[in-house]
Parts: sequence; C-alpha cells; structure tokens
Amino acid sequence: MADHWQTLGEEGIQFMGKMSASISHELKNVLAIINENAGLLNDFCRMSERGMDIDPERLAKVSDNITRQVQRADAILKNMNLFAHSTDTPLTVVDLHATLAMVIKLATRFAANRVIQLKLVPASEPLTITTRPFLLENLIWRCLDMSMNVAGVEKTITLSVIAGKDQAVIRFQGLGSQLEERSTIFPSPQDTDLLTILQSTLTIDSAVGELTLTLPQATSN
Amino acid sequence: MNILLVDDEQELVSTLAERLSIRGIEADWTSSGEEALVKVTDQAYDLAVLDVKMPKISGLELQAEMEKIRPELKYIFMTGHGSERDFRSGSSDTRTICYLIKPVNIDILISKIKEALAR
Repeated sequence: MADHWQTLGEEGIQFMGKMSASISHELKNVLAIINENAGLLNDFCRMSERGMDIDPERLAKVSDNITRQVQRADAILKNMNLFAHSTDTPLTVVDLHATLAMVIKLATRFAANRVIQLKLVPASEPLTITTRPFLLENLIWRCLDMSMNVAGVEKTITLSVIAGKDQAVIRFQGLGSQLEERSTIFPSPQDTDLLTILQSTLTIDSAVGELTLTLPQATSN
Repeated sequence: MNILLVDDEQELVSTLAERLSIRGIEADWTSSGEEALVKVTDQAYDLAVLDVKMPKISGLELQAEMEKIRPELKYIFMTGHGSERDFRSGSSDTRTICYLIKPVNIDILISKIKEALAR
C-alpha cells in the first residue's frame, strides 16, 4: 500500500500542476482581452480629447466586453477554489455530480484544444458517496483524458452518474472504436493504484465505446 | 504594411486589430487557424501575429503551413505562458523572431512589428 501512496503522491502533484497551468493560461487570455478593451477605452478618451465624436453604443459594447470577461475569470477562479479545497479533507462525503461537473470545467480547455465537446447528463437527484475527493478527481481526470484521446476531434463525450446498490457508477460514453487499441496501456499502473485506493473498478466496453467507473458507497480508510 | 492576426480568442484579436487600426496599422484578423491559411493563400501579408495554443492547429504548426504558402512571411507569437523562457522550453523552434507574453502591450507589439518588417 505504501508504494501506491508514493505513486499517487507524484501523480497527484502532476495532476495539480497540469490543472494549474491550464487555469493560468486561460486567465492570461481573460486578462489579455480585458487589457485590450481597457486600452481601447483609453484610445477613445484620447480621440474624444482631440474632438472626435465617440458613439456611446460603442463605449457600452467595450464596457460589456470587460464585464463579461470579469465574469468568466470569476467562474474560472470559483472552480479553481473548489478544486484546491478538495485536498482539505482526505476522506469525506462528496456529491458525485458536482465533482464530475468541476472536473469537466477543469478539462474544458483541454477538450477545446482537441475540438471535443464534454456533455454532463443532469442528475435527477443528488448522489453522495464517502471517498477521497482529490484522488477521485484525479481518477476522473485520467479517465476523461483517455476518453478524449480515443474519441477523436469534433466528437462529444457524454458523462453521467448513476446510483447502484451500495455503489455509484460514472459512465463515459461516445469514445468510439479506438478504445480497444488503448486497452493495452489503459488502465496504467497509476490508474490501477488510484482504482485500488478508491476501492473502485473500471470496465471498458470497446464494442459500444464506453468506460464505466464503479465506486463504493463508502471507501474505508 | 499588411498584417494578419490569428488567435482563437475572437474578442482579443478583433480588439487588437481595432487598436492597431486607430494607430494607422491596418490588420486583418481571424480566430481560426484554418481560415488563416485561406487568407494567407488569397492575400500577400507581410507579417502574421499568431497565438501559440489554438484548437485544431497550433501557432507553430500554422507557421509551418504558412511558410509553404508564403516563404517570405514574418512572424510574431503571442503566448499565455508565464514567461518567454517557459514558452521557449516547450519549443525547439529557433527561427521565430519574437514572442510576446499575454497581456500584450500595444506599443511593444507595434515596435516589434516595425522591427520585424525592417529586417
């Protein structure tokens, strides 16, 4: 078990680093847009000082652009904050749908770069389990990353959560026919360590292009 | 000078083009790498300002494709990396003349454009 934890410690740091890099890239883009729009407002001020008429509608549009980007940054940071706090408690009760939604938001930039859509099926009711939140997010990310690798460009991956008897199931659908080719490298030793510690199982159905992650209602210490 | 700006963040690239236009530099723009290749085929630009990370085709891949169409075209890259050193560590390309870190200062961009076109 000690070996599992060492692998997972290294894997966890890589996961946190990858997500942080992606978030910082996205925030850089947001700041760049705000910077250009603020600069444009300043340009309009200088033009007005020189006696040029500036259309108020144009000013309002630039202001709206800035407001929209501030809202975008706020949403990114709220999600980042949720992610960061998932390391607070090693073992706790988590809402699976909310966890999945958070990982999907973290993965949005990776999906956009691969021209892939991620769709989360709305939950009819909350589904909670007792687990290790950060390790679960890491495992969901690894499944999602693999799913995006095999799905191919301009595809949609559908994620859903289903309640079972004393367990919960996360489904990754729409992975296409390449799934079988990856079965030799996935799950990797790191994936297997995560599955072991979370006392969960992974099923790969190449025929329908689907991954199924089955989690216990309560992971023991 | 005839400039093409390419970045998948449409609000960024369109606003940058407007600010360059206010300063007397006419710049065409697109938020798609594929459309950029069509534009470069149709029109003889002097310089392309490319975002590094874009869906479907990266800025560096786009540069390689554009060079086949217009070997004389010059390039400036914009990146969301934390520093130029971070970006260079992920790129083996040593030909490109300039990398600007986002958010870009418009005066520095114009100075780099003029510098590139003077070579």
